[in-house]
Amino acid sequence: MTQRVGLRLPSRSKKQREPLGPYGRVGKAVEELDERVGIAKGGKTFLDKIFPDHWSFMLGEIALYSFVVLLVTGVFLTLYYIPSSALVVYHGPYKPLDGQLVSEAFSSTVALSFTVRAGLLMRQMHHWACDIFVGAIVLHMARVFFTGAFRKPRELNWTIGLTMLILAILNGFIGYSLPDDLISGTGIRIAFSIVLSIPFVGSYLAFFLFGGNFPGTTLIPRFYVLHVLILPAIIVGLLGAHLFLLVRQKHTQFPGPGKTERNVVGSPMFPVFMAKTTGFLFMIAGTIALLATFFQVNPIWQFGQYRASNISYAVQPDWYMGWLDGALRIMPSWEFVGFGHTIPFNVLVPAIIFPGIIFNICFAWPAIERRYTKDNLMHNLLDRPRDRPKRTAAGAAMLGLLFTLFVASATDVLANFFKISLNEVLVAMRVLTVVVPFIAYFVTYRICKELQALPTAGKRKQVNVVRMTEQGEYVATPVAPPDEVAHHELEAEPVPGLIEDDTPAEAVPARAAASGDAGNVGTSSVRTVPR
Amino acid sequence: MSDHHDAPNPADEPSRTPVPMPTSASWSDPHLQPAARHPEFVERLIALLFVAGLVSFCAFGAAYWQNWAPWALGLTFGAGLLLVGTGITAWGKYLMPRGPFVEERHVLQSDSQDVEAFTNALVERGGTPVKRRKVLGGLLGAGMGVFSITALFPLLRSLGPLPGNTLATTDWKAGTYLVDQNGKRISQYAYAVGTFLTVFPEGWEDQDRGQAVDQTILVHLEAEGPIEGMPAGRSTWTPAGYVAYSKICTHAGCPVGLFERELGLMICPCHQSMFKLSEGAIPIFGPAPRPLPQLPLAVDKDGYLYAQAGYDQPVGPGYWERP
Repeated sequence: MTQRVGLRLPSRSKKQREPLGPYGRVGKAVEELDERVGIAKGGKTFLDKIFPDHWSFMLGEIALYSFVVLLVTGVFLTLYYIPSSALVVYHGPYKPLDGQLVSEAFSSTVALSFTVRAGLLMRQMHHWACDIFVGAIVLHMARVFFTGAFRKPRELNWTIGLTMLILAILNGFIGYSLPDDLISGTGIRIAFSIVLSIPFVGSYLAFFLFGGNFPGTTLIPRFYVLHVLILPAIIVGLLGAHLFLLVRQKHTQFPGPGKTERNVVGSPMFPVFMAKTTGFLFMIAGTIALLATFFQVNPIWQFGQYRASNISYAVQPDWYMGWLDGALRIMPSWEFVGFGHTIPFNVLVPAIIFPGIIFNICFAWPAIERRYTKDNLMHNLLDRPRDRPKRTAAGAAMLGLLFTLFVASATDVLANFFKISLNEVLVAMRVLTVVVPFIAYFVTYRICKELQALPTAGKRKQVNVVRMTEQGEYVATPVAPPDEVAHHELEAEPVPGLIEDDTPAEAVPARAAASGDAGNVGTSSVRTVPR
Repeated sequence: MSDHHDAPNPADEPSRTPVPMPTSASWSDPHLQPAARHPEFVERLIALLFVAGLVSFCAFGAAYWQNWAPWALGLTFGAGLLLVGTGITAWGKYLMPRGPFVEERHVLQSDSQDVEAFTNALVERGGTPVKRRKVLGGLLGAGMGVFSITALFPLLRSLGPLPGNTLATTDWKAGTYLVDQNGKRISQYAYAVGTFLTVFPEGWEDQDRGQAVDQTILVHLEAEGPIEGMPAGRSTWTPAGYVAYSKICTHAGCPVGLFERELGLMICPCHQSMFKLSEGAIPIFGPAPRPLPQLPLAVDKDGYLYAQAGYDQPVGPGYWERP
């Protein structure tokens, strides 16, 4: 032992080191790193970045963090899942299946649920995270729509987000098809028929996608690579672009004290927002884990291995496919046959043309609205939905249509539950699908107008101090609101203002300005901004 | 704070006027004070959450180690994440600078000079050498055009065979015996009236194609044939009261697997199309556009069912090439 001490290099005592400076080791590390890559200036800007606070801004975060959960649990699942439709005899802890001929995909999914420790938890979390992911995207999108956050300069991010929604729905469908169970196999069979229905190229597309006629053996490996590599890679890329644009263009914010078109008011990235958002990540992951623990989802061992000639009753897809399934159900049985060809409109219209129209309306909405309002200004302050009654009503009509179709995907369940004829349910759903959007539009429009007309709507209530006099009477005395609140009432920025406009905006209360001619989406505020 | 009876004094309220982020912190600035009114209390609460989270994670470790039930794993895992997450969020919300802070937006648009310079570089500097050599550009364009088309061949064409006649054919031929899923031939005496089963052409019952394309429903509809109400020319197709139809729905291809005995209907569980068995399986309800194709049956001298012929039309949903 003593010889080794002799071999040591002379250790430097603390006194011999360079002094660390007022910020200690962190300061030293920053300095070293900055000398090499120059992080200090941009880093400070990043730490100071302001995030506006509003509960509705969390919806996008829910989507982001459930996607993180999807990635982590998904990687876990890839370690045990075998993407093969080769048949094996199942031997395992789930006795009802013992000795049955099942595909490797199915048996490996059952095995990772029952024999891999925490495997069932991870699989359930993955499925729940997906349902929440798509749901959060839809709610986030609704928030962006109803508050006008998609307007210039953020149209591109609207497009990216919508693309991610479509990819998420697609990847969700492919994902729940991978276990090769009876219900998902039925879904794939329907997907094959939908591709077949496309005129001219349908059968070619279907054969190229499935590697031949349904079901074939190449589908599961192909779906697997799409599900774990190609689609997630595209989503991650788009997510990066989405967040980059968000940082570059900065957040939108609701009008409020000190908030203008030219600033952002809220909490700084570090440490406030970072703490809140990290905590939120944990809370979402925890919530998904608890849902996964206590609410069973997709118990494939109960459905059994997919066989093309078998079918289960009350077959429903995951919720985000419901509107498409509903559309398939209520479509009349129209099919064109002639000139030696068949065009199955009963499938083509609800499954290809209809979602195509819906998504294209969504893609085009920023342009449609800009064309209609001739509003080409920069908008960083959000609208209150009531101040844009036509847009809000249009959004409500769209949601009403999709929700009605979602309900229509349960016609058989509804008929059973309410003990009424399936025929009547179907006819009712057909009528409702046409009627509900108009009712939703009209009712929403009226509610918006009423809320606008209500002078106190959305304003702070008058502060009253109630005192008891010596005689025992109660006397209420109105008190002037605190300064900052009064400031808010009097000098709220017109919605929207002009970012290029250097002249200070006149002190016009936003509501008064908007209700002037609130029937016109977007135009009112443009007129009230003084030039 | 909570127990004063007078009118709220504006001076007591924290300033809600947004300020820019201070460059060097002066910690007396009210904007940098914690948002909580009683920070010590909140701190204790958060500590409690963190301790509970820690305990939960330890329990998760134990549950994993001891291979407890999945619900124990999930409960400890999820509760731990939720507790710690709530703690961190509360820390950020109540114990960190309350603000609000304000940050100016930068105009995204570049100076008009920069735009001009960029466009100039793009159009003039790059455009002129390209524009003047139209032949080169044309040749390059032609090459890339051909490349992008031919590159599709391996990407697309290798994916699968051409459909050809595959969608229009099944493996039912004249004389093919009907078998059940275990390969057993169907005797006309084996099934009572009102029985429904799925049959396949002999030899195909355990094949993918047999399962997906040839699947056929066999119903012992009446005690003896021919069945009244059948389309013209099919009187010999239903020996001994048996009828056989393709099991693939003409709507979206699901197996038509629900047999409603009293009404004599086959119902597709996917989208609720209903087919009347005694009338050539015409669709009487739902989105299916066509009857299920019927398989003409015959009985051999031992009473076993076989097909007189294959299907006279493609089975399953519609597609462009379907005549």
